[in-house]
Order: sequence, then C-alpha cells, then structure tokens
Amino acid sequence: MSIDKDTARRAAHLARIEVAEEELDHLAQELSGILDFMEQLNEVDVEGVEPMTSVTPMRLKRRVDVVTEGDIQEKILANAPDAREGFFAVPKVVE
Amino acid sequence: MTDLNNLTLADARDKLRAKEVSAVELATACNAAVADSDALNAYCLKTPELALEQAAAADTRIAAEDAPDMCGIPLGIKDLFCTKGVGTQAASKILTGFTPEYESTVTGKLWDAGAVMLGKLNMDEFAMGSSNETSTYGPAVSPWRRDGSDAALTPGGSSGGSAAAVSADLCLAATGTDTGGSIRQPAAFTGIVGMKPTYGRVSRWGVVAFASSLDQAGPMTKTVRDAAIFLKCISGHDPKDSTSFDAPVPDFEAALSGNIKGKKIGIPKEYRQDGMSTEIESLWNKGAEMLRDAGAEIVDISLPHTKYALPAYYVLAPAEASSNLARYDGVRYGYRAKLQAGEGIHEMYARTRAEGFGPEVRKRLMVGAYVLSAGFYDAYYRRAQRVRTLIKQDFENVYADGVDAILTPATPSAAFGLGEMASADPIQMYLNDVFTVTVNLAGLPAISVPAGLDAQGLPLGLQLIGKPWEEGDLLNTAYSLERAAGFVSKADKWW
Repeated sequence: MSIDKDTARRAAHLARIEVAEEELDHLAQELSGILDFMEQLNEVDVEGVEPMTSVTPMRLKRRVDVVTEGDIQEKILANAPDAREGFFAVPKVVE
Repeated sequence: MTDLNNLTLADARDKLRAKEVSAVELATACNAAVADSDALNAYCLKTPELALEQAAAADTRIAAEDAPDMCGIPLGIKDLFCTKGVGTQAASKILTGFTPEYESTVTGKLWDAGAVMLGKLNMDEFAMGSSNETSTYGPAVSPWRRDGSDAALTPGGSSGGSAAAVSADLCLAATGTDTGGSIRQPAAFTGIVGMKPTYGRVSRWGVVAFASSLDQAGPMTKTVRDAAIFLKCISGHDPKDSTSFDAPVPDFEAALSGNIKGKKIGIPKEYRQDGMSTEIESLWNKGAEMLRDAGAEIVDISLPHTKYALPAYYVLAPAEASSNLARYDGVRYGYRAKLQAGEGIHEMYARTRAEGFGPEVRKRLMVGAYVLSAGFYDAYYRRAQRVRTLIKQDFENVYADGVDAILTPATPSAAFGLGEMASADPIQMYLNDVFTVTVNLAGLPAISVPAGLDAQGLPLGLQLIGKPWEEGDLLNTAYSLERAAGFVSKADKWW
C-alpha cells in the first residue's frame, strides 16, 4: 500500500516527531516501501489463529499494592532538563 | 606469556583463583588495551578508575576465597544497560547527559559477583540497526579486514561495540542485547560466541527498552564455556520484571560434556534460500556433518512460516518501540530542544524528538505509530501477532517431533563494509536478520558459534536454536560444534 503526503504527516504527528513540509514526500516514499514489505502478511491464512500476546504462557505475578521504593524525589528529578521546586518544569501548556 | 586481556573468561577465572594473576593486573591489561583502541570506536565511555577500584575489591574477595565465577573478570557493558552513576545513552542524542540513578538487574548481578566494568560499549541507536551505523557516537569498526584490504568493515549490530571489543580482546566478555539478532549477527561477523537466552531467562529491568516482547540480554564471549559461565550469573527471576521466569537457574557450565550422541538436529528447508551464497551453504553443510560425526542425528525439518517472520517483526518491533520510546519527550531526562518565542509544549515534544532521535529511529517510530493507529491496527498489528503465533507453533511442532536443536547459518553473508549499505533499500539491511528474527518472535534460546572464514578471510558463524529453558542442552551442542569447528583465527592488530 502506498501512502501519501497527508498520511505521512499524520504518522509523524502521531509519533510526535516534527517533519518539515518539504521532507514529507520523501518520508511518504520511505514509509510506503516498508509497508509494502509488510503486505506479505496478507498471504497468510490467520483464520481462527489467536494473536500472540504473551511470549511464555504464564500468569503474571501479583504483589501487594504497597510502596516498595519511595522518597526518591531528588533521584527522579536528577536527570530532568528543567526541574524546579520538586517538579518537572515544561513550557506553558494552557493559555 | 600472552597478554592478560587475551585470556578467555574461564581461563582468567581459574588463574585468579589459583592466584597466578590478580584482578588488578587483569584490569590494568584491559584498561591499556581499551586506551589503545580508539580506531575501533568500540567504547563510547571508558571507566578505567572504576575498573581498578572494582578489581581491588575483587582481589580482596579472591583472597578470602569468596569468589564467584565472575569475580575479577573485566567486562564491557553495552550502552543500553543502565549503570548507576555512569552515563547511559543507548547511543542516542536524546539521552545526552543521562546518568542513571539506578543499576540494571543484569549489571547489578555482575557487580555483586565481583565483575569489573571497563566502560560502556557502542551500539546502534536504541538497538535499531544491523551495522552500528545508527549510533550517535559514529560506528564501531570491526577489528577484521578483508585479506589485502584496509576498508573499514562493520562489526554488525546492534551490539557492534560489544562484538568489536570481545573480538579485539578489549575485554574478556561483554553484555549484549538481542531483539531481532543483535547479539548473534555481530558475534558471527566478528568470530565470537553470542547467545540470546530464552525470553524471560534474564531480567529486562534497567535495560533501555526497544521492543519489550522481543528484547533479551545475553553474553558475548570468546568461547561457549565463557557464555555458559556468564549466562548463569545474569539469569534468574526478578520481581522488577514480571516477564522474568521464576525457576532455579541451572549450572550451565556443568552441562558442557561435549557428548551429543543421539541428539536430533533439525535442518529447516525454508532457511535454504534462493541466492544463498555457496560459502554460507557449504559452511552450513559442514556444520551438519560435524554434528553428525559427533553422534547426532541430522533430520530435515520444515518451519513453514519462516518467510513471514521479517515482515511480522517489522510490524511488531516498531509498534512496541513507538510505545516504549514515547517517554523521550524532553521532560524527564536527556535532551530538550530550544523553542522560539510563542512556541509551547507541543512544539517542545515534536522538536525534541525530531532533533534527539536519528533517522532510523524516527522512521521506525512513525511506522510503529502508523500500524497501531485507528483503522490499521487490525490490518497490521493484530495480523502480525497472529502470524507470530504461527511462527511459534512451527517450532513447537518440530520440538514435539523429537528435535533437540536446529542448525542454521547465523547471517546471510560475512560482514559488509561501513557505508556499503548506505544507498541500499532499508529492507536490504533488514534482511541481515532473516535467520535470527524467528527466534525472537518465538521467544527461544539461540547461540551463534564461529565456524569458519570466507574466501576473503572474514569470520562466518552458525546458529543453533534450542528449546525453551534448555540453554544447558543448547550450550552443550554448541560446545560440541565449537570443538569440531576449531575456530581459532584472530584479526591481525592494525588499530
């Protein structure tokens, strides 16, 4: 399936990756090539086949719902590009 | 006496315990080899002081006769593993300056056992690549060269720095990770052993995530025995990874008897592809003969959905990556793009990710977002998950028929030159994973063993695929193959 410029723009938006308008044609072409390759999957008869959602058939473990590692605010903020007064700081979100 | 950095892990362990060498001497020799290796670009961060400090502590433990196998062993660590206080970037600009406040479970187990860190190893950005060329640090370079040529070759990827470092004796062993072949393909390209354990054998906690249902860490070593020793140390249940397997870890080294009499080895006909090089085909045939000579029974098998493994992988892996890599948004760690007046948080997200991720990662994240989007989810993602079920069943069927392991080539060719694939279709690069990717989809253990040299003097590897949780048996078959192949070649030092 070949994808057009608008679809490429949409994929970039969904991935939250800025793409310049003049690069969209090239991007559409690249994505089309990869999607064409995936089209082979349509040859497979998957009627009645369950999708694989767990690699090992196992029940996920449960644990008590308690804090296991807390009071590490400083560590959590240590790598932030902008942290102030115990918070992550970001540009203005609402006007 | 050989240089200490040339030792295998097993020999170094024995010499340390016999007090023939000290961990500090070993670390010093490795630090010197690392310092002299910049042309290979294998290490993206060197930690020589830390290595000496850890080595001194290891010597104290060895003196007190409290030395686990890995005690005092100098290692390189792929840049994908979070190491407390030591920069970890997954070879991406977007993690510039990231210094983890915590240790990955794998590296934590290694340090608890007394192992020594020489530094962090180069790789493809976020482990997405097969040639190490997507790294923000520039590509690692293979120590191997074609006969009579000085063209720089790829050590493979994504664990290219790990492969180059082990092959060039810049460490005794290294950690790698394997999502579609990222341990086994670089191991094959550089004449070393690389093992991907069963999914869930090794904790993924603290390993920067690429595709969580496919990622598995494993050892990259000089010998099969070294892989067995290394794997035992890093295996085991971890409450911090709910997909890790809760069962005792066997002594993999004890499984290495070399006796494979009566084992049934399958040769999958679907791996014999049109246009396969005669060198690869004859190596594969030779490998089967070696196993037969060792007493194994060679049987033809069929894995009918093999052809669909790569397209399924290139739906599933980008889909999982697009979700995992959503966290890199310029808020919590790493790089944040500069904004113009009047721009807000949306521009910050999109520009940070445009500037912080390299082209291959950006492309895969967009593919992933697209195949998960409304209207396409069933056609791509859901269908790929169903095909994945069929691929796993292919393996279950042959194992149910009594096959113990499967022998295949590790790669479709020997290492290619850096830059040689630059103008190729991206699918051409993806084809590097054609023999390895099925294993990740099925969650199986597999190992690449160096088996010969091609006409140009470059290493070629064979892959053995085992049954889930039976790494001991798989390692033993690999050990038998290793002994029969007798691969001892090393790259001539030019760096």
